[in-house]
Amino acid sequence: MVMGDLVREVDVAVVGGGPGGYSAAFRCAELGLETVVIDLDKRLGGACLFEGCIPSKALLHVAGVLAEAERAKEFGVDFGEPRVSLDPLRKWKSERVIGKLARGLAGVAKGKNVEVLGGRATFEDSRSLRVTGDEPQKITFKHAIVATGSSPATLPGLDVTSERLMDSTAALEIPEIPGRLLVIGGGYIGLELGQVYAALGSAVTVVEMLDSLLAGADADLVQHLARRCQKQFAAIKLGTRVTALRDTGGGIEARLGDGAPETFDRALVAVGRRPNTRGLGLETTRVRVSERGFVQVDERGRTADSHVWAVGDATGEPMLAHRAMRQGKVAAEAIAGRPVAFDNVVVPAVVFTDPEVAWCGLTESQAARDGRAVKVAKFQWAASGRAATLGRSDGLTKLIVDPETGRVLGVGIVGPGAGELIGEGALAVETALLAEDVALTIHTHPTLSESLMEAAETLLR
Amino acid sequence: MARPFVLPDLGEGLTEAEIRQVHVREGDVVAEDAPLLEVETDKATVEIPSPMAGRVAKIHVQPGQTVKVGQVLVEFAEAGAPEPKTVIERGRARQAPSEPAPARGAASTAAAAPAARTGPVPATPSTRRLARELGVDLQAVNGSGPGGRVTDDDVRAAANGGAASRGGAVTAERAPAGRASAPEPPAVAKPLARVGVEPPPLPKFEQWGPIERQPLSHLRRTIAERMTLSATLVPHVTHFDRADITDLDALIRRNLDSAKGRGVTLTLTAFLLKAAALALVEHPTFNASLDAAAGELIVKRYVHLGVAVATERGLIVPVIRDIDTKSILDVARELGDLARRVREGKATLEDLRGGTFTITNLGALGGTGAIPIINYPEVAILGVARGREEAVVRGGQIVPRLLLPLSLTFDHRVADGADGARFATAIVQRLEQPDSLLLGL
Repeated sequence: MVMGDLVREVDVAVVGGGPGGYSAAFRCAELGLETVVIDLDKRLGGACLFEGCIPSKALLHVAGVLAEAERAKEFGVDFGEPRVSLDPLRKWKSERVIGKLARGLAGVAKGKNVEVLGGRATFEDSRSLRVTGDEPQKITFKHAIVATGSSPATLPGLDVTSERLMDSTAALEIPEIPGRLLVIGGGYIGLELGQVYAALGSAVTVVEMLDSLLAGADADLVQHLARRCQKQFAAIKLGTRVTALRDTGGGIEARLGDGAPETFDRALVAVGRRPNTRGLGLETTRVRVSERGFVQVDERGRTADSHVWAVGDATGEPMLAHRAMRQGKVAAEAIAGRPVAFDNVVVPAVVFTDPEVAWCGLTESQAARDGRAVKVAKFQWAASGRAATLGRSDGLTKLIVDPETGRVLGVGIVGPGAGELIGEGALAVETALLAEDVALTIHTHPTLSESLMEAAETLLR
Repeated sequence: MARPFVLPDLGEGLTEAEIRQVHVREGDVVAEDAPLLEVETDKATVEIPSPMAGRVAKIHVQPGQTVKVGQVLVEFAEAGAPEPKTVIERGRARQAPSEPAPARGAASTAAAAPAARTGPVPATPSTRRLARELGVDLQAVNGSGPGGRVTDDDVRAAANGGAASRGGAVTAERAPAGRASAPEPPAVAKPLARVGVEPPPLPKFEQWGPIERQPLSHLRRTIAERMTLSATLVPHVTHFDRADITDLDALIRRNLDSAKGRGVTLTLTAFLLKAAALALVEHPTFNASLDAAAGELIVKRYVHLGVAVATERGLIVPVIRDIDTKSILDVARELGDLARRVREGKATLEDLRGGTFTITNLGALGGTGAIPIINYPEVAILGVARGREEAVVRGGQIVPRLLLPLSLTFDHRVADGADGARFATAIVQRLEQPDSLLLGL
């Protein structure tokens, strides 16, 4: 130890202030444990609030308003051509949306007596951390929770540094509205941001290595989204790799598959996220990290080192904020000695595109891969009164049901508002409801939620 | 303004206590920390001190009454008095446990083996949480709900087979009947908590002659429940050995007076504790608890030993901490203090919990040996009978030696006969070579 070193003793040290970290810290504090959070930027919210879920949803809302205004011409309302000013847009996003939520979280932390330290935390052993940066100190802890999250992955094999080459964090800042934008990756990040830029006026080309958009989601759900994307985007190239990429000075030149080089004003790399588990000094503990960089944890979030826990993206897929938050609460309660486990059946997934795609529990494609017999009950939104009044019949709700017991094993929805509707599906699967329970529950008419009841009714004898 | 004072959280999952004595009357002015009343829990008799200085306005309880944590005991008529605090609360500092121990009880099995399932067990999150709290493995429970869903009732029914509760050791040292106190309040008859098999109904003994029904005291009932739990749950095995304590006995006698000069009564039990503690460090399997639900052995990296002490009310097991690192003189001094506090009914809950292994010394009562029952959830207990001079053959000669019979009972789930024998030998060797004890080897 260095002379004059400040040593803090705490019950729980949380490394990282994202949703997993702050959920764990708040719960620890509620359970009477002295808790500090060490965050690189000395703030709570993490990638979710500052460079992920929240800013992207704010921008998608803007895209949605633009699309609705355009569609209003159908029923005789013409707003004229929209004029988009980026400065007020950025200001609204960062101050009215992100800033407000960040202040809220800081207030909660204060209220719960959770201190947030700024700096980089590095483990020195199983019981202490070194914090470097603005508030250098040594922290000894009874328990530490690794909640360091993830960062956008870079394109393997294409080592290009260019301001025109953006990751999702940079793209959410909307540095400009590029004339032509290449989106590398047809997963949820690429499609969400692709739609944002398309709505703002960019000609968007999406290139995806695999044979479908949103790999992993059921094809019949993706179909509705793909159809819309085809209208919005300049091009969608599936089963295609980016074989060459360079900054020509005037733009990004990319070769897509065997095609001729094409030039874009900017490119967005959205090929997934990687866990932030390097450089944390985890090797000084007994924590085990997988080849892909994920911290190995048990069902309570405990690592191979009994004093070190981990939650969120750092622990594996699915890298979703709501999973991290539940993991954080479980780890906190486990540390406090409560008999808990992350035994959740569903971690619902939502793609906030237009139309939204959401699913939870077992998917049809997963059941097929597992060779598991299931009954699938579908309801096309073309038959929904509410969908008709919205002018949006491009939706589908389906239940994946156990043929023997009638239990709801999974739910998939595509259509506007699917992200909200999936909540009922998650409740049904998590609580092991029968399709009959869903069918016999009165759903409000006319709403899109009726589609769940309607789908379930097709299974009634 | 009246300030109510409620029964504080007594820790260890205790939810109720029986009022034994009320030391104050309505109208009394009491000082902070003055004895207010005495309650008996499953674990101990605890004196509850006054949380503040003030006048007792109203007393809400009477001896013999069972009160729940949070129930109002007395009301004070003093405003502006300091915040209520109790000895017990002070002892429960906010602290993260260094090793989180999931409060799982014994896993129990459902009546029938459930059909093979794929995927997660159908149950609501709240039912799954209940199962964890009761230590029930959901995979082993048949769901009676729609579509085979496991309900709260299914979980509770499964838990009833082996519900968790804490154990306590039986057998004892003789206690002097020195506790002068108010007459015992009459005991109230309550059924014992059910553990394992349901006993068949008793015959009508009246048909053979007159009988008398005597309700069990709170402590007797607790001991009965714990012994049943331990004997039902744990496969006990007992290993016998004898230690030649001729040299140790001589050492104790030589040093009795000088120890007395320091205010310490040197007893064989102090040496037994030290020998067991050092042997436990060498054989940590016996300093452990089995988490059956998790399939894990929880090895404790501290050595806190319980000593069974007989009192006129029944058996109590106070705990001496970190014996492996203390000198024999310190252990003997602490043992003396603790035994006195226990017999005077002054032991605090802190004195009675956290034990990792128990010693029960029946030497004062005679006998040639006894098979003790494990103080669950510990995994072993050492019984000690009276040491006797016996004829021993040494180098072809018959010589008189002082032999101490030992009986080590341990949990056969955790250790096998050979392990038990090695552990017992580790204790015997230390008793036979008292130098090793003094050097802490």
